[in-house]
This record gives sequence, C-alpha cells and structure tokens, in this order.
Amino acid sequence: MTGGLIEHFSHIIAVLLMVAGLYVVIARGNLIKKLVGLSIFQTSVYLLYIAPAKLLGGTAPILAPQFNLYSNPLPHVLILTAIVVGVATLALGLAIAVRIKEAYSTIEEDEITALDNAAQVAEEARS
Amino acid sequence: MSVAAHLPALQVILPLLSAPLAVLLRHRGFAFAIVTAATWGAFAVSIGLWMQAGETGIVSYHIGNWAPPWGIEYRVDRLASFVLVLISGTATVVLPYSRASIEREIPSELHYLYYAMFALCLAGLLGIVITGDAFNVFVFLEISSLSTYVLIALGRDRRALAASFRYLIMGTIGATFFVIGIGFLYLMTGTLNLVDMAERLRSVESSRPVLAALAFITVGVSLKLALFPLHQWLPNAYAYAPSAATAFLAATATKVSIYVLIRFWFSVFGESLIFHKLPLPDILLALSLAAMFAASFIAIFQNNLKRLFAYSSVGQIGYITLGMSFDSVTGLQASILHLFNHGIAKAAIFLLIGGMVAFSAAPTFDKLAGLAKRMPFTCFGVVIAGLSLIGVPGTAGFVSKWYLILAAMEKGQFWLVAAILLSSLLAVAYVWRFVEVAYLKPPPEGASKQEAPLGLLLPAWLLVIASIWFGLDTSFTVGTAVEAAQQLVKVGQ
Repeated sequence: MTGGLIEHFSHIIAVLLMVAGLYVVIARGNLIKKLVGLSIFQTSVYLLYIAPAKLLGGTAPILAPQFNLYSNPLPHVLILTAIVVGVATLALGLAIAVRIKEAYSTIEEDEITALDNAAQVAEEARS
Repeated sequence: MSVAAHLPALQVILPLLSAPLAVLLRHRGFAFAIVTAATWGAFAVSIGLWMQAGETGIVSYHIGNWAPPWGIEYRVDRLASFVLVLISGTATVVLPYSRASIEREIPSELHYLYYAMFALCLAGLLGIVITGDAFNVFVFLEISSLSTYVLIALGRDRRALAASFRYLIMGTIGATFFVIGIGFLYLMTGTLNLVDMAERLRSVESSRPVLAALAFITVGVSLKLALFPLHQWLPNAYAYAPSAATAFLAATATKVSIYVLIRFWFSVFGESLIFHKLPLPDILLALSLAAMFAASFIAIFQNNLKRLFAYSSVGQIGYITLGMSFDSVTGLQASILHLFNHGIAKAAIFLLIGGMVAFSAAPTFDKLAGLAKRMPFTCFGVVIAGLSLIGVPGTAGFVSKWYLILAAMEKGQFWLVAAILLSSLLAVAYVWRFVEVAYLKPPPEGASKQEAPLGLLLPAWLLVIASIWFGLDTSFTVGTAVEAAQQLVKVGQ
C-alpha cells in the first residue's frame, strides 16, 4: 500500500491539485479566487505531462558517448506551450475581472448575477 | 515549388500574420484593409484546398518538411475542407459587415483591436480544423478561445463582461479536460499525430487510460460545443457580444468543436470502440433530444431576440449531434450538412439583428413592435432564415433535416422521426413570435421607416440567399457531405 503510494507519488499530487483546483473554481463566488482555482487546475496538468517523461538519471537527449539514458523532451516542450496558454488565460481573466469591478463595483459572482437578473426583470417589465 | 503546394500552411498563416500587423498599424482603416485581405485570401485558399481534396481525397502537408509522425502534419480531408470553406466563407461575409456594425457598438479607438482579435479567432478556428496533430489542436483551440473571450467582452452592455468571464472559466475547464485527454493518449501511444495515434490505439483500445482519455476529450469538447446541458455559457455570450462577433461565432465556433468531436470519435478512437463497446451513442441520443426539445422550448419564452436565437442554436446543435449518434453514413452526412446549413442561416439572422440594434441596445420584443413597416428587408430576411431553421422545403435547413429523418428511418426508429418533426414545431413557435411582433403589431406612434444601411443589409442578405441557394442546389453541400461521411466511416472501421 505505502509502496504504491510512493510509486505513484507524482500522480497522486497531480490528481489532488486537479480536484482541488476544480473545486475552488466551482465552489468560490469571488472571481479572483475562481481564477486561482483555474490556475491550480491547469498546473496539475503540467505535472501530469512532465512526471512520466522524466527518467531517474536520464539526461536531455544529447548524442555523446557518456550518456545512454535519456528523458523524453517532447512533453517538456508541450508543457512550455501549455504554460504560455495558462499565463495568457490568467492575464485575460484578471483583465476582465478588473473591467467587471469597474462596471459592477463587485467581483462576487452572486452579486453580479443578482444585478443581471434585476436588469432582465426591468427589461421584461417594459414589454 | 508552386503556391498550390503550400495552400495548407497559407490557410492559417494569412489570418495569423494579419493580426499582429493590425495591432502594429493601430489605425482602423489599415487594420480593416489588411484583415479583410487576409480573410478573403484565406477564403480563396480554402476553396483551392476543397478542390485539391476533391481530386486526391486527402491533402497532407508537412510543416517545415518534417515527415509525420515526428513533425506536425496539416491534413485536409473532405470533412476538413468543407468546414474550412464554411469558416472562411462566413468570415469573408461578416468582416465587411463589421466595419459598419462596430461603428455603432464599439468605441472607434478600439476598432483595430477588434480586427486583430477577429483575425486571431479566424486563424485559431482554421488551425483546429486543418491540423493533424493532437496538441496542435489544443493550441489552436486556445488561440481561438482567448480571442473569442475578448470579442465577447467588447460588447457595450456590461453583461457582456460577465458573460465573457463565465465563458472563460467554462471554456478553460473544457480545454484543460481536452488536454488531459490528449496527455493520456500520448502516454499510451507515444505519438501526437492523429493518424498514427489511431493506428497505435487499436492494440490498447480498451485499456483504462484510453477510456479515461475518451471521457476527458468528449466532456471537454462537449463544453466547447455547448452540448446540452453544458450550454450555460452560450446564451449570454451570444446575446451581449457585438452583433458581428455573435454572427461569426454562432456560425463557426461551436461548429468547429463539433468537428473536433467527429474527428476524435470517428478518426482517432474509431467507431468500433465508440459505437459497439460503449453506450456513448445512447447518451448522445438522449442529450441531443433534450437539447432539441428543452433548448427550443426555452427559446420560445425569451424576451431578447438575440437570446432567443442563442437558445435556438443550442437546440440546433442537438440535431447535429443526433445525426452523429446514429453510427451510419447517412446520419453523419446529415450532421455535416446541418453543421453547414445551420451555420449559414444563424449567421444571417444574427447579422440582420445587428441592423436592428441601431434602434436600441438590446433587441427586446417591446422595441420590435411593427418593425416590418420600418425595416422591411431586415425582417423579411429574418423570416426566410427562420424558415431555414424550421426546415421548410426550399431552404437549406430542409435538406439537412430530410437526411436526418432518412437516417432515423434507416435505423427503423420511427419515433425519432416524430421527435424531429415535433421539435421543428417548437422552432415554428419561436420564429412565429418574431413574426407576430414585427408584422402583426402596429409600430409605435411617429415611427418612420428606417431601414438598416446597405453595408449591413448586403452581407446579411448574401447569407439569406445562400441558405435558399443551398436548399435548391445541393450538389456542393450534399456532394461534399456524402464523400466526407464515407471517408470518415471507412477510416473508422
């Protein structure tokens, strides 16, 4: 049991982060906290890709006589791209949160929903 | 080395390069000119690719001359060429419309950014369709999604911001699910090339990571394509985005996600796994029916015309996924056809609604009373495109629903035929609501005739005429859809 835990250590961490991140996104009403959760969720995927690609004692794939154990470089490159995507998403999300704060004077989701619903009721009252 | 050999690369590069140029020029006239040139170029390229794919079946392009499966391959088969024509064609029509439309909806100092985002979104959508590399799909998906969030947030109602943020959260969860699925597939097969992956998957088909990958990819993509009940982000996003952006997204963004789902189900996982070993078709059938009825029903009670047709989109997506669930060439053909025909009709409707927004910020029914007297061409266009949504003979919508019914009868499921016809009645109801208000109610006192300017009417009517044209002359749409469906089913076996 403990052997399995240690063997799959990185996977367990990845899954924990994944579930925790997703939970924060769903359970929190504060837009900034939602973005934090989203970032944790995305970060867990980086681990999911990187961990299996690393061999203990493996090096970067350099053709030289003293190296014969290589780590797979492709997942690292993929995740470099995914990190860029994650940063861009976070930046855009924060920018929109700032605009929401300016427009609604709040960043709590339920307050925004309440304001939106009030606007919709007002629209319907006119018809 | 002729240009013809490099069409697949040009397809993505033209709009991709025009986006930073538009930002650097910082002038809305130049930005408009350069993005329009790139978009029209992309449309010409997509027609060229459609013809090439018609001759050879599959066009394969190796980026940087690295042979697949090591390098990234751009792969255009019949289905991809068809969707490319839909996307770039819609963009070609919507962009000239944008110029007049965003004049009223977006502050003029932001116009160049709108064009840049439009070009990026177009590049992303085209890239998703054309690439033959799994991770590349994710990257293009995020390029198109991020620019979509910005386009929606440009809407002038503050609810556009909230809608954009909600879509950002949902969309990112969807895309991350998708990339988790790709990760599992890569771990199991050691390749990212979709064709290579499909071959290697055969031996590990039923292993748990592959099933997990299938689940993550299906749920992730379903979020992006607004499959009922994962459609929560869509109505507000469509309702409050700038009109031109709504029209473009309604015709392309969800359609491209459907393309991704078809690609992964039929070309990568293969129909034997999807349809014979797992209960996926039944689940998809149930969700499609739920979308067709529930979303269309909700649409009837909407007070905002844009929201009404946004819910209608969720319902129409149900027809497309219904065709996929049949596991037959006819069903898939109906899906592909409806993807195209619905895209055109819905883009036409949202473009026409954009003309109405001249009167008021939100096209609510109380403001539309007697509109047919004031904007006769706009209203008539909405009615014609609405008939295509219902599926009246003589419109494009009829052709795709006809094949959908044929596919249901082929399976011997006559109750589904009844369900398709019944749900079309719901479409009659929501289109009728517009007709009633616009044609039968008297216009308010002192309202003068105020037709939308030609710059808005012409592009919209081009699409309205297209949705009749493809209802009468089906050689292009049906011909390509049949070949695409046959190609997909053959590969999947």
